[in-house]
Amino acid sequence: MFSLEYITDSIQHWLYSTFNPTMALLLECLIIILLVTAFFGVLGLVLVLMERKVAARMQIRLGPNRVGPKGMLQTTADTIKLMMKEGLTPDGADKFLFNLAPFIVMIAAMLVLAPIAFAKGFQIWDINIGVLYVSAVSSVSVIGILMAGWASNNKYSLLGAMRSGAQIVSYELSAGLSIISIVVLSGSLQISEIIASQQTGWWLFRGHIPVIIAFVIFIIAVTAETNRAPFDLAEAESELTAGFHTEYSGMKFALFFLAEYINIFIVCAIGATLFLGGWMPLHIGHWKGFNHIMDYIPSSVWFLGKTFFLIFLIMWFRWTFPRLRVDQLLSLEWKYLLPISMFNLLLVTLIAIMGWHF
Amino acid sequence: MGSVALLVLTIAAILFSAGGILVSKFLVRGSVNAQKGQPYECGIPSEGSPWNQFNVGYYLFALLFLIFDVELIFVYPWAVVVKKVGIMALVEIAIFFFILFTGFLYAHKKGALKWM
Repeated sequence: MFSLEYITDSIQHWLYSTFNPTMALLLECLIIILLVTAFFGVLGLVLVLMERKVAARMQIRLGPNRVGPKGMLQTTADTIKLMMKEGLTPDGADKFLFNLAPFIVMIAAMLVLAPIAFAKGFQIWDINIGVLYVSAVSSVSVIGILMAGWASNNKYSLLGAMRSGAQIVSYELSAGLSIISIVVLSGSLQISEIIASQQTGWWLFRGHIPVIIAFVIFIIAVTAETNRAPFDLAEAESELTAGFHTEYSGMKFALFFLAEYINIFIVCAIGATLFLGGWMPLHIGHWKGFNHIMDYIPSSVWFLGKTFFLIFLIMWFRWTFPRLRVDQLLSLEWKYLLPISMFNLLLVTLIAIMGWHF
Repeated sequence: MGSVALLVLTIAAILFSAGGILVSKFLVRGSVNAQKGQPYECGIPSEGSPWNQFNVGYYLFALLFLIFDVELIFVYPWAVVVKKVGIMALVEIAIFFFILFTGFLYAHKKGALKWM
């Protein structure tokens, strides 16, 4: 059966049998660098195109349809255009921090890729504290955002960065509590073990209503964390121009834009891994025949399918819900989501200890 | 692949960003203009410095976040072992959450969550 695991294993085997260990490790690093950079570029192009196409379909229009077949090359053309634009630094800006900020946001987005399992055995680093690592590293991007807003010498940027920071750190709490409820059920922080624990069914279907509540809270929280509508106060066009990246232009703007879309992919990948079983095919209890048929679909297809379904969901939100006010946004988190998710965690723990889940 | 991955991914991110910026440097045909460097403010010249006072509310929320985030760090190791320890762990975390929640209610009563 087709599997990425065999390809990666045979490449590694070939490397270590042909070269000495140091050389092989270096070559492996090189391959990973090439893969992740290519992945970043392709993912950015695909997600921006998807966003525009989904938005167009929601509003009963066609969306980009001129460049390439069905407008598929539109985002490539946009990237080339962005590369040819001049990157300005405003007068009186803190030049060092202004130029450093896009790098920090990009590094944070790239580092979170490490423990994500793209397919069976296709994972850069199966760290034993995977989930904790993801939530720790992904919050580093707040520093980049605050840095960008602070260094721009622009009132809109500073206000946008402040709002963005307050929003991201607030919603991180309820996202963290929903993640912990899955950690309680599976008893491990390691991504591969969490996926393995969903062998007989995904946690979303096995944990009764509390897990579904945790999933809904998780989706709301990550929508806010990635500054997506209806929580896109940080870049509310009618109030703050473009938020923290008002002063950025050319390639540096493109980096922020790319990091934003990569973050959407990452949070959806984490959501798919925790609640929908990652690359694990849809298994139902002891239905041997059904499980066997599902196993024929490659694990990478399962993972990407689930992730893109969640991404579609988040894009759908944007055209369904009106934008919240900043005080409504913060009271939603602190007065509703946080107490609910704390209580919900206790319920999930009770289910896990009593073994009431399926 | 081990912790080398951190270094490798950082290098990849820096190469990607720096490469993009460098390539665009070669493609750009910039122009010089006195007004170009001004901060954007909807078409009018910018007044004063942006680095002045901002709402104290952000600070309060940051403080509250700090308390709850430290709480989350305590909960992670608890979450891993809770199934083995059993019902006692649930009671203990319930007490922990109760104490935390009392403090949260105090902050709420004091109006820390009200947005001015």
